[in-house]
Amino acid sequence: MKTNRTAFIAGFRDQAPGILGNVPFGLIAGAAASAAGVDPWLALGMSVIMFAGAAQLAAISLMAQHAPAGIIVLTVLIVNLRMMMYSAAMAPYFRHTPAARKWLFSYLLTDHAFALITTKFDKQRPPQRLDAYYFGATSTMWCIWQASMALGIFAGAQVPASWSLDFAIPLVFLSLVLPAIQTRNHWAAAIAAATAAAFCASLPLRLGLIAGAIAGVIVGMFMERLAAAPGDPAKGRA
Amino acid sequence: MIDWGGWFTVVCAGAVTLGVRASFIVLPANAKVPGWLLQSLKYVAAAVLPALIAPDVLFRDAPPGEWLNAYRIIAALVATLFALRTRSIFGTLAIGMAALWLLKWWGPF
Repeated sequence: MKTNRTAFIAGFRDQAPGILGNVPFGLIAGAAASAAGVDPWLALGMSVIMFAGAAQLAAISLMAQHAPAGIIVLTVLIVNLRMMMYSAAMAPYFRHTPAARKWLFSYLLTDHAFALITTKFDKQRPPQRLDAYYFGATSTMWCIWQASMALGIFAGAQVPASWSLDFAIPLVFLSLVLPAIQTRNHWAAAIAAATAAAFCASLPLRLGLIAGAIAGVIVGMFMERLAAAPGDPAKGRA
Repeated sequence: MIDWGGWFTVVCAGAVTLGVRASFIVLPANAKVPGWLLQSLKYVAAAVLPALIAPDVLFRDAPPGEWLNAYRIIAALVATLFALRTRSIFGTLAIGMAALWLLKWWGPF
């Protein structure tokens, strides 16, 4: 990465599989918005303002049910809360980045960018021109995401439902979450969350999602406490 | 006819989203963060994404009269095994979709 230009291109190249994988996701999120009867410009505005696919999908399905604004914002917060962990992991890489650029880079932060940067670079010794590399990875992701959203909003309803293109969404989430499940505690959190969400799937206003997220975090923390407590009789059996 | 309520909701949702993304990046390096927050954040991604995945894989688009979607469950398991071995985002997507299409076209039910 000799110049900002080559760093930008390297970032784009390394992020390309994630960008490509997000195209069906964007198409589906867009098609879901138009199928739900959300105003196309509002759906496109939401995509530009939020730039967060999973949260956009959740918000769209809640808007279609005319859910109260408070529930929509709370659900978006819960779906995006994982970004706070990404933010903590990314902070050391941007320690010397100018303040205004930190806000721009925060806005562009995605699961894919977090996974790329934290697995590729050492946070103690971030490489030269990391900012250009990051901008190359994330700004191209942004453009392709908005384009596929727009295509989905204005044309996506044409794709036959029998293609089951919406299955791409859980698949993208699957490929993002598996690297995050590193320990037995994480597995327990994931299984508890999936089970609770499945059992509560018929609740209105997608409350099953909130129930699953809370159950998962509680079980994960509980498992950690259990393993950490010395002389705890439960420890031997765990 | 502009949907002011909808735009207000979207702007609030956008502010919340930017807030969680920016949180630690814009915080000074020496800022004190409560331990319970850091501890619970470790499990947020591992909890939220499976909570999003589970209903979509298990129940969505299930055949008439069934409550589980067996094809989606099998295809998701195939994709999971592939993802655990390769960590490839695009490969996982391709394998999972291919498995679902094969099952739908040639599957027993």
